[in-house]
Amino acid sequence: MQGKSWSKYLLSLPPMAYLLIFFAAPTLIMLFASFRYPGEYGGLAPWYVHENGRLTFDLTLENWQRLLCTDIYLRLFVKSIGYAVAATLICMVMGYPLALMIARSSRKSRDLLLLLVILPFWSNFLVRIYAWMIIFSPVGALTRMLNGVLALFGAGPITLMYSPTAMLVCLVYVHLPFMVLPLYANLEKHDLDLLDAAQDLGAGKWRRFWLITWPLSLSGVTAGSILVFIPVLGMFAIPDLLGGTDGIMIGNVIKQQFMESRDWPFGSVLSMVLTVTAVAVVLLGSRLGQRR
Amino acid sequence: MEITELLEIVTVSRHFDAFVALDKVSLHIEAGEFFTLLGPSGCGKTTLLRLIAGFDQPDGGDILLDGKSILAAPPERRPLHTIFQNYALFPHMTVAENIAFPLRMAGIAKKEIQARVAKALEDVRLPDKASHYPDALSGGQKQRIAIARALVNRPRLLLLDEPLSALDAKLREQMQIELINLQKDIGITFVYVTHDQGEALALSHRIAVMDSGKIVQVDVPERLYGFPNSRFVADFIGKCNLLAGRVREQHGDSVIVELDGLGPVHVCRSEAKFAAGSRCALTLRLEKIRIAAAIVNPTDDESHFTGHVHDLLYLGDVTVYIVTLANGLLLEALLANSASGRTNFFEVGDQVEVAWSCDAGHLVLD
Repeated sequence: MQGKSWSKYLLSLPPMAYLLIFFAAPTLIMLFASFRYPGEYGGLAPWYVHENGRLTFDLTLENWQRLLCTDIYLRLFVKSIGYAVAATLICMVMGYPLALMIARSSRKSRDLLLLLVILPFWSNFLVRIYAWMIIFSPVGALTRMLNGVLALFGAGPITLMYSPTAMLVCLVYVHLPFMVLPLYANLEKHDLDLLDAAQDLGAGKWRRFWLITWPLSLSGVTAGSILVFIPVLGMFAIPDLLGGTDGIMIGNVIKQQFMESRDWPFGSVLSMVLTVTAVAVVLLGSRLGQRR
Repeated sequence: MEITELLEIVTVSRHFDAFVALDKVSLHIEAGEFFTLLGPSGCGKTTLLRLIAGFDQPDGGDILLDGKSILAAPPERRPLHTIFQNYALFPHMTVAENIAFPLRMAGIAKKEIQARVAKALEDVRLPDKASHYPDALSGGQKQRIAIARALVNRPRLLLLDEPLSALDAKLREQMQIELINLQKDIGITFVYVTHDQGEALALSHRIAVMDSGKIVQVDVPERLYGFPNSRFVADFIGKCNLLAGRVREQHGDSVIVELDGLGPVHVCRSEAKFAAGSRCALTLRLEKIRIAAAIVNPTDDESHFTGHVHDLLYLGDVTVYIVTLANGLLLEALLANSASGRTNFFEVGDQVEVAWSCDAGHLVLD
């Protein structure tokens, strides 16, 4: 028995080591960096100095103060959370019926439908966003058709590109499978006799859904929501390409701090806040999902 | 004529592509009856139950409850409930919430729901389980909660789909007794589906034996066992010897049958009329055959043969002896192991005599 449990630890050693080196350690490094000064040419300044033969720490709370002394970052966080919540809700409203339909269809067609759900993964993420840029472009067929129809009613032309709508459409498009797959995995396991029993005991269509199917699928809803919410919260590629000037999210600012402003400490501060927000959401979500 | 018929099934058919699940089935089920649909798997009994519950629609025929067709009503609006094979308790609701479900659906006031749920839990003797979740219950407890849930708003009819099949043998017998008493106490009509003939005999007031989408015989348990109307029923209900033969002559209820390889035997108290020369089978229950080293005082009414013990099955309370008769025919007979200190009366190879009286067997057309 002892040898067995020992080998169990041995087996989990590589993934543990991997997470330790590539997740825990960098997070701690980031946390530490958020208290340091930026280097003169980017990067980080040394965190200690020799002064009069004495070693003194050169750490600061300035980066954190900078976060709090203006509301611009708070507003960016709120806006990003808003996008993430909106994308998650839209994915749920669109993904739930889809997942339910796949879970209730015949075993044969189920495989095909699932394949169709994951089919977009076969092409590159950026390529798919560029595709949306073409669709939304002012000279694209969609915009021209839309404006043509609007002109019939005397309404002025609109632009789709570089709008919150375009961003949301793309965010939902990219993340929908992450909602559908865990929901499907949950719904597919449901015992259909329970629905028959509920109907037999007097429950109509809607009550069968809200009293049986929905509460039993909450763990799938939670899993899907977390899988959509977190990547959307930190997203920068879609706002970069489709968001325009008003469309930036917190991910863009973090990227900016590291790449353009070369202010690693402040980038670390924003990253830490983002990480904590994400962890808080996951904890809250799993708490909700566990409830009976 | 006073109408006591609760449920009337009129020439109901159901096809699944080329497969005929139900072929013009007609049945009358009376109020207060414990009625069983019995048959091997695939005979159509569960299909019929689902049609009554409303989960499926017949291709032809009608189903009447209290004289009115219920086919147009969806399951949620039929005044009847089903006990599912796996109980189908809602896993995310407590026992009390499960039992309250049909009352909630009926829009009954919260206060009354509480009182009736408490009463229902008392009735199934599980009052302390109200706040438990179903997965914390044993099989027998789940069963009782399922019954409590289905009966709490007093349906006109309770449909039970092999409800005891998931329980072990001991518990099953105990639940059978509970079901009988429950049905007697509340007086709600039960329609029970099972493939277990022993269960059907033990529980039912009347049984419909089904085969290949048809009803073969509807009768009380004693008559089904004693007077099966076909080879199928005789073979399906209880253990039975089936001896093939040809009818030689019939005088009133007395028939002379030429059994293949055994010669003529006398069958008395035959209810059916048989044309001379028609093929038939004599059904002989194991316990109705006398078996002895030498039959003492054989009567004129008895048929009487000599054979050897070919095999024996010691079952504890009884031993089944498989006897080879002179022509190689195998006949099963049983003896109760009632004598103290002995296990078997005969051993394999022993010469024995078998006999049965003329009213022991029952003739069916082959």
